[in-house]
Amino acid sequence: MRQVTATGQTVEDAVQSALKQLNTSRDQVDLDIIDEGKKGILGIFGSKPAIVKVSVAQNPIQKTEAYLKEIIAELGVSVEVETIVTDKQVTFDLSGDKIAILIGKRGQTLNALQYLVQLVLNRYADKRFTVVVDAEGYRGRRRETLINLAERMADKAINTHREVTLEPMPSYERKIIHTALQQHKKVNTTSAGVEPNRHVVIKPSYS
Amino acid sequence: MKALIETMVAPLVDHPEDVQVTVKEEDDRLTYHLTVNQDDVGKVIGKNGRIAKAVRTVVYAAGSAETKRIYLDIM
Repeated sequence: MRQVTATGQTVEDAVQSALKQLNTSRDQVDLDIIDEGKKGILGIFGSKPAIVKVSVAQNPIQKTEAYLKEIIAELGVSVEVETIVTDKQVTFDLSGDKIAILIGKRGQTLNALQYLVQLVLNRYADKRFTVVVDAEGYRGRRRETLINLAERMADKAINTHREVTLEPMPSYERKIIHTALQQHKKVNTTSAGVEPNRHVVIKPSYS
Repeated sequence: MKALIETMVAPLVDHPEDVQVTVKEEDDRLTYHLTVNQDDVGKVIGKNGRIAKAVRTVVYAAGSAETKRIYLDIM
């Protein structure tokens, strides 16, 4: 975060001087008045300058990116974070070595990070965002895997004339399965169970 | 590890200054004990323990490098 401490004869002078140093305007900063200063006698004796600390305010997305970076640094992994912001969604794309520790088994660590980051962003922001934390194209690869799985399990349901129950998955992974099989004429999909054990059930459509 | 837990939890609560992590070392495990301000308990546990679970998942991932099993106690 960029910040400066400035002094001036009055608080206003100090603030102006700080804004000049930071090359920004007043509505973009957080102000912290350290000392209001004193005029003194005749403006000479016993006068004290006003001191203010001015820092450039970060927007919620930058703050959240900093939060994610701090966590990753504490995990002892060095990564690059690319932040992509669209209307309602913020994607943090991580890349670097040792990325596997950040993904975890079936992406559970990545999902945990994503959940925490989403909470923090929505605490700072005044509108709601969906957060995606992706690492080295993991989400895309997972999507492919899930679509393949959906097709294989749909075949299994048709061949065995039985429901096929998949393992519990987070909502956006279930959605990938539902979407993949939506056009499939021979099976229907539903979700059953209560979070965090909610899972997809694939049923042959004639049963 | 202590710093990791504090970094993760502080922005989630209203009283970050009250976030405390202590460590207890036993024969085969390390137990980290997290305490927060009374008003913030819900914010680190979450609905059905979702936040607590996410925090633990990240802590355990960080702990995979350690030889000892790691536990995280909340409150």
